[in-house]
Amino acid sequence: MAETTPKLDELVQIDYRPPETPWMDTPVEFRRGTFCYSAAAKNLEYLGFPNPRDWQPSDEDWKLPENWREIILKAMEDRLKKFRSFRLFMDICVRCGACADKCHFYIGSGDPKNMPVLRAELIRSVYRRYFTRAGKMFGRLAGARDLTIDVLKEWFYYFYQCTECRRCSVFCPYGIDQAEITMIGRELLNEVGVNINWAVEPAANCFRTGNHLGVQPHGFKDSIDFAVDELEEITGVRVEVPIMKKGAEVLFIMPSADYFASPHYYTLLGYFLLFHHIGLDFTVSAYASEGGNFGLFISHEMMKRLNDKMYREAKRLGVKWILGGECGHMWRVVHQYMDTMNGPADFLEVPKSPITGTVFDHARSTKMVHICEFTADLIRHGKLKLDPSRNDHWNVTFHDSCNPSRAMGLLEEPRYILKTVCNHFHEMPENTIREQTFCCGSGAGLGTDENLEMRLRGGFPRANAVKYVHEKHGVNVLSCICAIDKATLPPLLEYFVPGVEVAGIHEFVGNALVMEGERERDTDLRGTPLVKAAQAEGDKEEPAHA
Amino acid sequence: MSVVLALVAVCVLAALGYAGGQVEGWRWIFGAVLPYLGIALFLGGIVYRVARWASSPVPFRITTTTGQQRSLPWIRQAKLDNPFTPAQTFGRMLLEVLLFRSLFRNSKFELRAGPRLVYGEEKWLWLAAMAFHWSFLVVFLRHLRFFLDPVPAWVAALQSIDGFLQIGAPEILWTGLILPAALLYLLARRLFQAEIRYISLFADYFALCLLLGLAGSGVLMRYFTKTDIIAVKQLAIGIVTFSPVVPASLSGLFFVHLFLLTVLLAYFPFSKLAHMPGIFLSPTRNLPNNNRAHRHVNPWNYPVKVHTYEEWEEEFHDKIVAAGLPLDKE
Repeated sequence: MAETTPKLDELVQIDYRPPETPWMDTPVEFRRGTFCYSAAAKNLEYLGFPNPRDWQPSDEDWKLPENWREIILKAMEDRLKKFRSFRLFMDICVRCGACADKCHFYIGSGDPKNMPVLRAELIRSVYRRYFTRAGKMFGRLAGARDLTIDVLKEWFYYFYQCTECRRCSVFCPYGIDQAEITMIGRELLNEVGVNINWAVEPAANCFRTGNHLGVQPHGFKDSIDFAVDELEEITGVRVEVPIMKKGAEVLFIMPSADYFASPHYYTLLGYFLLFHHIGLDFTVSAYASEGGNFGLFISHEMMKRLNDKMYREAKRLGVKWILGGECGHMWRVVHQYMDTMNGPADFLEVPKSPITGTVFDHARSTKMVHICEFTADLIRHGKLKLDPSRNDHWNVTFHDSCNPSRAMGLLEEPRYILKTVCNHFHEMPENTIREQTFCCGSGAGLGTDENLEMRLRGGFPRANAVKYVHEKHGVNVLSCICAIDKATLPPLLEYFVPGVEVAGIHEFVGNALVMEGERERDTDLRGTPLVKAAQAEGDKEEPAHA
Repeated sequence: MSVVLALVAVCVLAALGYAGGQVEGWRWIFGAVLPYLGIALFLGGIVYRVARWASSPVPFRITTTTGQQRSLPWIRQAKLDNPFTPAQTFGRMLLEVLLFRSLFRNSKFELRAGPRLVYGEEKWLWLAAMAFHWSFLVVFLRHLRFFLDPVPAWVAALQSIDGFLQIGAPEILWTGLILPAALLYLLARRLFQAEIRYISLFADYFALCLLLGLAGSGVLMRYFTKTDIIAVKQLAIGIVTFSPVVPASLSGLFFVHLFLLTVLLAYFPFSKLAHMPGIFLSPTRNLPNNNRAHRHVNPWNYPVKVHTYEEWEEEFHDKIVAAGLPLDKE
């Protein structure tokens, strides 16, 4: 934790009373710990983005181009013409306030501009001023205001205090989606070179090397080899992971954190055990080595540029279909954008499980299946030999990641898997799961350390729900299917609920899988000793804490 | 401040309407010319507004899913919260438009000591919204008795249902009570809930005050003053048959009512009240979540700069070879 991070009791002294001054007269203050640093010039240059330079949000002068206002307004007009969502969402909000307290950043900060309605008004007020007659004529009386440097700074601060989680859009009576407004707001800022490094650097890395972390082909190979060796050590079974094997049936694409970060890594081990267990003819690629897509957090165009590698590589390798790993925003892109942007994938076949024969009809056009859909189907058909008691030292709850829940509806598949491979599972309160799930507070490119205080504030509702099941049911692990979650929930929980770990679903699958020829396992995939059978019997009433 | 301005604005409008009924030369303008203008602005405005929204394409299918997707056959799909077919989507929209399904989900949170966040039901906003919109619809339909001759049986039936608890004469119509009550609740909410007051604009108060003025003048006419119903009907039928007459016996209060309605009609399409047609076009609600089964086409999809495999292999050639990974070009 950074030195400036407030202590827990300070952090939760949240004042929900709005300021004395009207919001239009309350300029933004760049307080340390609550904003992200600017994108480095080299990254903007590499991607061909405008206005690369050295600057920081806390600077007085942002070194914008002379005609920055015209650029923004022109871009705004362009987006109004291109996106019905944007045009409509600028017009039809009645400010009923149903969304107001649904945002995790509002709950955690009490800042009224984190109410989705007001976050949207930041840009709506400018829309009214320049694009509606009433706004041009009546100005402030019509809720309109000039686009000034202060307004631009406010946009930056609050559009990068939105994780595009879409929780507000669940509650909006008109389905207004703040994520859409944030995405377009960020696109506009991007046009004048105002962006954050934590989003742009991964995008630049991904464009070049194929993944956000900038892992080059040999590094990729090393990581995979290391995982294979480690699996042999734990299980005694040597699995095979073909890299860029032409003619494989399935191309498997996972977020790069799975092979380069912890605790994601244990999920990776789980995938590989599973594929070996069922004898899947698959391959992974060092080129399409990223499931995630930080382009989503920058602009629609950048999203498309990064996503391109998936179909391109599937085509080159001649696979039949694509299987995707555990990642949240990756699945927003794959499910809602990929086919439209880079399809049609007519060179692929309708996904069919070679093990169960199940045709994944719901993915017949995009030709990409979520690993939880794939594994749930395997379990349903009895194709996996499982020993759930190997997860008895884990008392599990499940965190629905924003995008799989609200941009897809992948709710039951992971639960079905978890309930099969684990004996101890408890849900968090219903206002905090499924379509009402709370964000980790660090999505959409905000998961950087300089922004830690804001991340903790945003993650507070999630952590609070975890604390509830931790105290009530002794839950000691929070499972999830998102790489950003796996990276950012551990520090969040360490702050609010020490003693609860974070894990992927396929880590538990890997723990439970009884592999042919394996030796007796003493530990799970992360090296935690297993609860022995006799001991587990006695502990049934009160599961052990790890 | 905004609320005072809005109140003043509506009072000025009401006074203007009243004056319109008093000054001989204005009666024709306020009783016939402006109502036609109001209707024209309303219809033309709605068409313009919807056409303008519709002129921007829907590049991506960005359904907000609020339930289980359709995936494997043995997993129960939430057909209305996560529709896969057009019919299911229609069902979702029906729930949204008729019952305000999303607003019904509304909740509230509280931060307690501990720290502990707790969530509770919050149905008042939904209830007030339902009460307002549905009673407005009933009031609107009841008014058809002025415009249609003979009065259709269903309009008469609606009125008698509305007044099913007859208390005194004239009978009390429930909607006439519920409508202003709901509006007053919505206004009170804006005034007394700090965060809602903070986000409220002049336009928010103006719409509420205008509707309150409209409803209030109606209630006054029905229960507290004498209104020449025959004359009102003459005017109404005159308007719909394009042969307007403005009978001399119409009261000043009636002109207030009529003018506020005229203003509402003219204001409606160009304000936030356009949410009524807007909801039908909302892409997070009116599209099925079948993205992976049916490709959505973006009409302005354009080629972008990408990093091809060939470029990638060229850049990392030596490292690929050193790692023993296969090359495309040997």
